[in-house]
Amino acid sequence: MRWFEKQKNIVDFTLSALWRRKGKNITLVSVYTFVIFLVASVVYLTSSIKYEASRVLAEAPDMMVQRLVAGRHDYIPLAYMGAIRDIRGVQGVKSRLWGYYFDQTNSANYTLMVNEEMNIEPGTIVIGSGVARNLLVKESGAIPFRAYDGSYAFLKIGRILQEDLDLVAADLILLSRQDFRRIFLTPEGQATDLVVEVRNAKELATIARKIVTLLPDTRPILREEILRTYDAVFEWRGGLTILVLSGAFLAFIILAWDKATGLSAEEKREIGVLKGLGWETSDILQMKFWEGGAVSLTSFLVGLLLAYLHIYFTPAVLFEPVLKGWSVLYPKFQLTPQLSAYHISTLFFLTVVPYTVATIVPSWRAATVDPDLVMRT
Amino acid sequence: MDELIQIREVRKVYNMGRPNELVAIDGVSLAVDAHRATVLKGPSGSGKTTLLSLLGCMARPTSGRISLMDREITSLPERFLTDIRRRSFGFIFQQFNLIKGITALENVMVPAYPTGEKYSSLKKRAAELLDLFDVGRKASAKVEWLSGGEAQRVAIARALVNDPMVIIADEPTAHLDTRLSQELMEIMRTLKAKGKTLIMASHDPIVHESAIVDRVVEMRDGKLVSRD
Amino acid sequence: MRKCHIFFLSVAVGCFWVGMMLVHSGFLERSEEARVSHRREWVGKLGLSDLCLFTEARYTRHPVTADLHVPFQDYPLAFEHFPSGSILSVPPHLRGKLLW
Repeated sequence: MRWFEKQKNIVDFTLSALWRRKGKNITLVSVYTFVIFLVASVVYLTSSIKYEASRVLAEAPDMMVQRLVAGRHDYIPLAYMGAIRDIRGVQGVKSRLWGYYFDQTNSANYTLMVNEEMNIEPGTIVIGSGVARNLLVKESGAIPFRAYDGSYAFLKIGRILQEDLDLVAADLILLSRQDFRRIFLTPEGQATDLVVEVRNAKELATIARKIVTLLPDTRPILREEILRTYDAVFEWRGGLTILVLSGAFLAFIILAWDKATGLSAEEKREIGVLKGLGWETSDILQMKFWEGGAVSLTSFLVGLLLAYLHIYFTPAVLFEPVLKGWSVLYPKFQLTPQLSAYHISTLFFLTVVPYTVATIVPSWRAATVDPDLVMRT
Repeated sequence: MDELIQIREVRKVYNMGRPNELVAIDGVSLAVDAHRATVLKGPSGSGKTTLLSLLGCMARPTSGRISLMDREITSLPERFLTDIRRRSFGFIFQQFNLIKGITALENVMVPAYPTGEKYSSLKKRAAELLDLFDVGRKASAKVEWLSGGEAQRVAIARALVNDPMVIIADEPTAHLDTRLSQELMEIMRTLKAKGKTLIMASHDPIVHESAIVDRVVEMRDGKLVSRD
Repeated sequence: MRKCHIFFLSVAVGCFWVGMMLVHSGFLERSEEARVSHRREWVGKLGLSDLCLFTEARYTRHPVTADLHVPFQDYPLAFEHFPSGSILSVPPHLRGKLLW
């Protein structure tokens, strides 16, 4: 009981001491909170996107086969389909027609795709809601497409996909084979790539190897590689993520540095007075613990909460300029939180603990000073 | 008259073995009587401040022995020594050394914080002490706003918060004018009347020629000069 | 109220909200499930290979099907797209780490 009372007393004193240098400590807490906010935001965002990819792309094709010419993705002859179909274990092969269309009027890129199953009437298109938002069009409106020969094809909007498909189809325009060929003049007997369906997933690797042996200018891409791509996409070692994290880390070092380089003369004098008044070394260190702990804990909790609100309620409004980059078309983010005790405790141990230690350790020397020092000076 | 504190053949050397080695106390033996007012007198550098800190269990001697109430405390671990000091001694420093940025009341309570005493009773006692010395109305004022006289009283109140047997004052009148110095000695008189033991170091005649003083110990160059 | 009580109360409130955050995230995960399933269904229907995150370039829109030349467009001095090019790492299968 006494121990609790003593801790409360020490916390009282520590808070008074922190409040004395109000400006400095408020700034400190603000910067610290911002650092936590930034790092937590990045962690939340990347974990959500990775989750999204791993769940949603689980239905991606078993295998896609591309043809590479001079290292570049080129059209693939439909004749290749026969050779692939003959491989044991292959259930079906389909050809795909898709490509990019750059809209001059508003500098947006669209992905145009042919889908046979949907039976899209020639002259009509199904568009993603991102396209609709961008062009401010509604169903039964029409979009002009500049064809390869400079003429224009006006395609009527038959349907706008729901907004919640944005994360996979915001920029998508589905059209009929005729319209695709009209715009892009894809040669007959060629496709953009092939999609292969396999009976037994375990045979994918073997089949891929067989395809490459039969057709050396092709490159198969397995579904697992698709999933792996997105796992790696936001890895912390990658480009901007590490820049943000490094910046945050450095800011943090600076905060702790101020503490770690030792106490000011005034602080040392005050510790001397406390020791003269009957405070023990351990009491001084407990005070320092609460000093670092109070700042850390407050910043940590607030930063964490703000990051959550930022990513899942706004969503990610502060990162939008970065994520959007030069894109004109931007999906509506509907992210699923993937919070884990692991993330939170890692962040805790990487921030609260080092900062508190950085506050206590440099005070060691001052804390062990002789009580009679206050008399001597 | 029982002897409260006894020091035997005590030496205190600072920075031992280094070029700036200083022998502050060189073989002093002294006994301080309970309920009496003892004054240490001498020029600066005579070692009276060091002797004061030794008597107040604030420092350990380089050699020699110190006993408090017939109990030897020379080699007690820091924890026990600090506990004894906290309970038995109240210090009034030359420059008061009140902690800036917190209230007068909090300042009085600070020495008792590590004991884990219940907050409400501690606060009450501290307020009563401030009232006793007529600075009650300044209880929630920050110490920077106190006048010299008020600060002096707060410092005295602080020294009494743990109800110690002994009050130790180091040059208490050094920064005070005559009026305040006399007020201080008046307060010392009331404390002595309450049964406290007083030990003061001062070269101010107002202190060592005061009527309440029972004994003056003169020091020079770390040694005692005369006793009465 | 004593300063320390204010502090401990604030920390308790903070911890409570962090707890709420964890609860809410669980709740949000469940409520988003329908949308996630919807997206998954359409990925299967359309045979899609990528999430639609960065639409400014081929290799940022479809990192999976990109080849090594695409970031450089059609000539050596073409600029990379920033910042999306800096956010996306090169897919492992382009770095030579094939799964077959």
